[in-house]
Amino acid sequence: MNLLLVALGGFIGSIARYAISLQLNKRILATWVVNISGSMFLAFLLKFNQDGMISDKIWLFLGAGFCGAYTTFSTFGNETLNLLLEKRYWKAIGYVFSSFFVSIAVVLLVLRLF
Amino acid sequence: MSVKLLLAVGIGGMLGAGGRYCISLLYGDTNGYPFATLTVNLIGCFLLPFLLNHPYAKQKLAPELLAALTVGVIGSFTTFSTLALETARLWNESVAMAISYILISFFVGLALCFLGYRIAARKQVNA
Repeated sequence: MNLLLVALGGFIGSIARYAISLQLNKRILATWVVNISGSMFLAFLLKFNQDGMISDKIWLFLGAGFCGAYTTFSTFGNETLNLLLEKRYWKAIGYVFSSFFVSIAVVLLVLRLF
Repeated sequence: MSVKLLLAVGIGGMLGAGGRYCISLLYGDTNGYPFATLTVNLIGCFLLPFLLNHPYAKQKLAPELLAALTVGVIGSFTTFSTLALETARLWNESVAMAISYILISFFVGLALCFLGYRIAARKQVNA
């Protein structure tokens, strides 16, 4: 049952990520957007779950399932590698730092402020 | 945008997310270091560039199957949001652990991306 909830969330999350990457032609920007927005959404979900506003089932469906699949690490790594292979070092550094810094800062802010 | 492609990605995403969840169950509920996320992310980092650069995958697989495997399965198997959340949690416990988690995820992940790319690209020369 839990596995099914995660898989169902993964179905929606991966399609959402794919749709956004088709809409935003710049692929790196698309990955950046989904990773940051997905991290923020997951932080809110954790908060709601801790406050008892959403059940553990919803947490699995939307957190592990949707957010987990909506955001991605492999594409992030592959895009960084491609930037490095193209010798676009500054863009690679900016991409990596902003992805980590903004996502973690947003999560810390959500967990502290709300 | 093609419905067939979207569905293929979605079905792949079900498998990827389900696989990630199974691995998190295998590790159990460790409140310490996030080994489960590290495992899925590092495996995915090797597999994605490998598939994307492999001549067989590029030439022989139907576009729907390739999208299902890359964008769907591997994209959903790996995750960034959980990594951000876990880093924030570690940060509150031990800044050193949080930084080591980020550094290991990134540098080992990038090295595995390069390895996957190189192994696949080498096959291209032989093919």
